[in-house]
Amino acid sequence: MATLDTRLEPLPAKPYKAPMIAPGHTPGTVTEHIASIPLTPIQKTPKWWLGGFAVAFLVLMVFLWSVGNLLVRGVGIWGINQPVGWGFDIINFVWWIGIGHAGTLISAILLLFRQGWRTSINRFAEAMTLFAVACAGMYPVLHTGRPWLAYWLLPYPNTMGLWPQFRSPLIWDVFAVSTYATVSLLFWYTGLVPDLATMRDRAQNRFAKLAYGALSLGWRGSAKHWHNYETAYLLLAGLSTPLVLSVHTVVSFDFSAGIIPGWHATIFPPYFVAGAVYAGFAMVLTLVLPLRPLLKLKDFITDRHLQNMAKVMLATGLIVVYGYAMEFFFGWYSGSHTERFMLMNRAIGPFRFHWMTLILCNAIVPQALWFKKVRSSPVALFIVSMFINVGMWLERFVIIVVSLSRDFLPSSWGMYRGSIWDWGVFIGTLGLFTSLIFLFIRFLPMISIFEMRTMVPADAGEKEKAQ
Amino acid sequence: MSASVAGPPVGLWGLMAEFPDPKSLAKAAHRTHEAGYRKVEAYTPFPVEEVMEALHHHHSKVPLMVLIGGILGGLGGFGLQMWTNLSAYPMNIGGRPLISWPAFIIPTFECTILGASLAAVIGMFLLNGLPMPYHPVFNVPRFSERASTDGYFLVIEAADPKFDRSGTEIFLQDLNPSEVSEVEP
Repeated sequence: MATLDTRLEPLPAKPYKAPMIAPGHTPGTVTEHIASIPLTPIQKTPKWWLGGFAVAFLVLMVFLWSVGNLLVRGVGIWGINQPVGWGFDIINFVWWIGIGHAGTLISAILLLFRQGWRTSINRFAEAMTLFAVACAGMYPVLHTGRPWLAYWLLPYPNTMGLWPQFRSPLIWDVFAVSTYATVSLLFWYTGLVPDLATMRDRAQNRFAKLAYGALSLGWRGSAKHWHNYETAYLLLAGLSTPLVLSVHTVVSFDFSAGIIPGWHATIFPPYFVAGAVYAGFAMVLTLVLPLRPLLKLKDFITDRHLQNMAKVMLATGLIVVYGYAMEFFFGWYSGSHTERFMLMNRAIGPFRFHWMTLILCNAIVPQALWFKKVRSSPVALFIVSMFINVGMWLERFVIIVVSLSRDFLPSSWGMYRGSIWDWGVFIGTLGLFTSLIFLFIRFLPMISIFEMRTMVPADAGEKEKAQ
Repeated sequence: MSASVAGPPVGLWGLMAEFPDPKSLAKAAHRTHEAGYRKVEAYTPFPVEEVMEALHHHHSKVPLMVLIGGILGGLGGFGLQMWTNLSAYPMNIGGRPLISWPAFIIPTFECTILGASLAAVIGMFLLNGLPMPYHPVFNVPRFSERASTDGYFLVIEAADPKFDRSGTEIFLQDLNPSEVSEVEP
């Protein structure tokens, strides 16, 4: 992919040539521009924000209603049954946690690779990670049936004398996901502290000043502060990188450590991680594309950023397609009757419609990203990323439901469909996610201000050298 | 010099000079350090390598803390699993050894990352003396207005043995700042 693009534009060789920030900006204007969004007085809150938040909040109520019903009546209101014990809950868990991975990839891995363009989107992507992990965490907890006892999953001394089974992938999941949530929060908050200090110094409203002041912990931006800060931030990035790879690997172990046909495959960890990044970038684009004009952020999130994100999607998408192809190859090469049957069942069985839509969404439509015209058109990119969002959800549906519904014993086969409460919880978490995103863009700087300030002199310096 | 012998002057925490850009601040910080001032701090709205260099901030203790945090997290994670399987809740799963360590690597890995990350963040804040609800530099209006946007400041504390009310002010003026102001304690 990289070689093809060098022919189109000289980007990969000299990554800093095209502007990553519109010309004419200084540290002052960057700060003013980004900080003024969360500091807008309450009375001047834009109408689109109020409308959008109202809709998101209503959908959040769907979540509360569905979960309330679930708590009163039990998991029987869901579509899960024997043999399909993992339905929407695990599909959505994997879908959400995968979406989160793009945030860590952008903030940590691209930092280590010195990809300067990450600066405009890392804060937002990290927030997306946190909120996606929050949504993901709901599902296994609710799936336990008695979420108020979810702390039983953790190792702690108790009167029953019980301890978790550390050989189980499900306990690995508990460790991986809780560590991921904690480290993502730390990373996000650490990145926010200098910006919170900016907000504290610029806020007019006394309450806002107090709130930002308390959250910024008294940050002063001294050379000593920055010295320790940069070291810690870089180390956090270094720690998050193997962590994020481990999280979806562990999620894939939930499947691949089992013997169910279609799950017991060594390709699962890399294929899941690639799928996670694929879905995550699609979600970043889905959110950024409408916000960019609404918040007038085209100076900072330039067409260059959209191009790069589209390229990452194309690359990870091809890895995912390779994964699909290999699943078929493994199934055939294994010589196992049930594996072969499972793959045929995927393609022409009762869930063939899901599978075909999945191939359309994940393998065929994204090939449009080969064309520069598509990569530089926000509308086209938005459509492609919506396809990927749907496709990645269907991928998890196909992996989970097709394999579980028809495994080794035909006498224990069954069918599955999500009940209205499954849909309620799923749509509800979309409401939770969008509500959190709306609150985030309203009250916190959605682009890292201090990192953008460093972009300004760097770019100006390069211009001077060029002249 | 009488002020420095009798301790820092009352009602003065230090002197602050403002500079128009990071480069001139770095130069000034370098000269201040050369002149023998040690209780000096420079403030920038974003990390500037030259300024850190000028003030000789070379070795951060954060990496050591991260290493210790990671080792403790890893040992703690593995130790917890060993103890659980050996003494708290031994379980024979298909005749496998009680310490079937390959399966324990994943929680151990996660605990290592968790310990190291917590050490990085908590250590960084502690080393920076944060949280700190009050600090004298914010008494200078220019500072609280601009330091986190586009102001570049250099402060010499009155507690510095070389500090002298008028001498230090002349020294700072000599560095060509845009403004010199007093910092009240």
